[in-house]
Amino acid sequence: MDLSYAPAPESAAIAAIAPRYQMFVEGAFVDGGGDDLTSVNPATGETLTTVSTASTADVDRAVKAARKAFDGPWSRMGGAERGKYLFRIARAIAERSRELAVAESLDNGKPIRETRDFDVPTAAQHFFHHAGWADKLGHLGLGPAPRPLGVAGQVIPWNFPLLMAAWKIAPALAAGNTVVLKPAETTPVTALLLAQIIADAELPAGVVNIVPGAGDVGSAIVNHPGVDKVAFTGSTPVGKRIQSELAGTGKKLTLELGGKGANIVFADAAIDQAVEGIVGGIFFNQGQVCCAGSRLLVQESVADEVLDKLKKRVETLRVGDPLDKNTDVGAVNSQMQHDKITRLTQVGADEGATVWTSSCPLPEKGWFVAPTIFTDATASMRVAREEIFGPVLTTLTFRTPEEALAKANNTPYGLSAGVWTEKGSRAMGVAAGLKAGVVWDNTFNKFDPTASFGGYGESGFGREGGTAGMAAYLDTDDEGAL
Amino acid sequence: MARLTVAKTYKLYLGGAFPRSESGRTYQVHDTKGSLMANAALASRKDARNAVVAARSGLAKWAGATPYNRGQVLYRVAEMLEARQGELVDLIVRSRGVKAAEARAEVDAAVDRVVHFAGWTDKLSAVFGGANAVSGPYFSYSAPEPTGVVAVAASSASPLLPLVGAVLPVLAGGNTVVVVASQDDPTVAVTFAEVLATSDVPAGVVNVLTGDRAEIMPWLASHGDVNGLDLSGVPADERVELERAAADTVKRVHAPRREPDWAAVPGTARLRAFLEIKTVWHPVGAVSLAGGSSY
Repeated sequence: MDLSYAPAPESAAIAAIAPRYQMFVEGAFVDGGGDDLTSVNPATGETLTTVSTASTADVDRAVKAARKAFDGPWSRMGGAERGKYLFRIARAIAERSRELAVAESLDNGKPIRETRDFDVPTAAQHFFHHAGWADKLGHLGLGPAPRPLGVAGQVIPWNFPLLMAAWKIAPALAAGNTVVLKPAETTPVTALLLAQIIADAELPAGVVNIVPGAGDVGSAIVNHPGVDKVAFTGSTPVGKRIQSELAGTGKKLTLELGGKGANIVFADAAIDQAVEGIVGGIFFNQGQVCCAGSRLLVQESVADEVLDKLKKRVETLRVGDPLDKNTDVGAVNSQMQHDKITRLTQVGADEGATVWTSSCPLPEKGWFVAPTIFTDATASMRVAREEIFGPVLTTLTFRTPEEALAKANNTPYGLSAGVWTEKGSRAMGVAAGLKAGVVWDNTFNKFDPTASFGGYGESGFGREGGTAGMAAYLDTDDEGAL
Repeated sequence: MARLTVAKTYKLYLGGAFPRSESGRTYQVHDTKGSLMANAALASRKDARNAVVAARSGLAKWAGATPYNRGQVLYRVAEMLEARQGELVDLIVRSRGVKAAEARAEVDAAVDRVVHFAGWTDKLSAVFGGANAVSGPYFSYSAPEPTGVVAVAASSASPLLPLVGAVLPVLAGGNTVVVVASQDDPTVAVTFAEVLATSDVPAGVVNVLTGDRAEIMPWLASHGDVNGLDLSGVPADERVELERAAADTVKRVHAPRREPDWAAVPGTARLRAFLEIKTVWHPVGAVSLAGGSSY
């Protein structure tokens, strides 16, 4: 009996991708002075659309527009009214969710199952959650009257294009700031659809400005003297450069950088559930997740059993058309990322780790990577230390909880970790010992706007979500005083 | 014939001990009348590195102590500081030429500041963390944890209060400290170190370096095992290089825009500057309350 899946494709037409998009500055969609960029559908390698980009002069104009809006209507408006704009945006994202999900899958390459069930609804939730803070800032525990900082310059990555825009814009506006945001060069579309939603919501001109472009545009934003707050999500090397460039400027900075998250499986774990968690931890969004569980630490006594079950499970992952509702693993975002993943995978093999790859068929076109697992890896190998940002899992073993903790914490990063055990005291104890900003006990890759997210060490500082996320956008009672 | 006083040797405070600078260097500290107050240790790069090693080794015990215990230890610091009031007043009067009442007010304020932060240790989780109302069957909570080893450049606005006002919030959060004392006031800083040494503060939790801030701070700012920097005592024009060095390992930097009002009631920025918020998730299973379940 043939039990194979029939294709169940979502219609690309739903996204109604325009042939060209403009930047959004001072409430209007306008052409920028930069060269148009081409956004490519990573699943086909074909051009999706072209997008006007900002020049340095456009960034300056956007910052001035944001300043004008901050000094004008936005800071004069009460928190309750500000919040109502955010509620409007949340509702509109939900209303246009199907279109946004398809557009995101086309532009990014991630499966429609994820954009539909995670990226878009969570983006709406972020606006809805933060909307409610706008008139309650005095209840954050940051003093009676925390003040907005002014103009927030925000630079976001390509792995969750719409969701990262929501993570950045919603708290900034709720706190009373105005925004200049640069979406990633390879994924500008949904940020500009969000700009349409923001325009439709009749947000005052200049409160949100979206300026597409490459790294030079991001650099112009973060270094603009009119920007009071910088929020960056991206790689650790770029984060370090931004922190260095902002030295002495007094600009408030939040950095969400890379990671090499440990996913620790103890012998007493519910193995089948742990296997599902390992799969979700590293193959969610093709592993292009800063908090991915990219280092599997499995207790020696169950290592063979876990890996056998894991490989069997990974064999069933369907890699292919992101718009197919049955697809588990879509395309990686770009040729560049594809090459980086392939290169680091080769390094792992060269260093002596045993490489296993799913036998799943890959589409002939587009940038696809088969799920890959390294075994017999050692802690000093590059595949155990460097962020690969792809569907590649590196496996290490341990004998004692102390060894697991030591290995998990043996990284300059500190963003996420997972712990799998049926023993409550061990789960809590290991969670306490992990130097990571987010710890998932018996689950992985869960996110919520109420729950602070952010890293230890070289995974960055500052938080997004929760009260700590709001603090990142506020000049609090005493900052700079004592 | 008048009795000859026994002068104190002021040394560094590293890992719970009072060593001389490994460099053998000292510098002379004079009072406002020009008389010699002390030969203070002129800390070196190696002393700074030793201080970081000591602070790292003290971290597990201090960060792992219960918040109640940390609060009690810090309260003990206030008790010992109060007991040394006379000595500290004399030192401040000599080094700054202020009236005794003013010096006493500074020491009193410092004692009260220690008490204030002693009371913070077991409230940080309640104020900066809590249960997260996530939209799913999960128990999720966020709670602050110490950042780690924090290097502090104490302001020289006055001898004692800025030192206490900068070090205590870092300690209250469970961090360990390497503090570069005000160059002009090593006697007060080392006397404060003696207070710490006799207050059940574990060895290595606070390490005091005296000497040239401009010489020592770059080594601390670039040190790979320092997690945070408090630049309160560094003038704006000297901060840029230190903040750049800090970026190499993504250190947390607290750099107040103006000289803090050390006498004012403290807010929470200094506490928050060196706390990491950790969020933990755990699934919540469905438990039937019907049908005679006896969970």
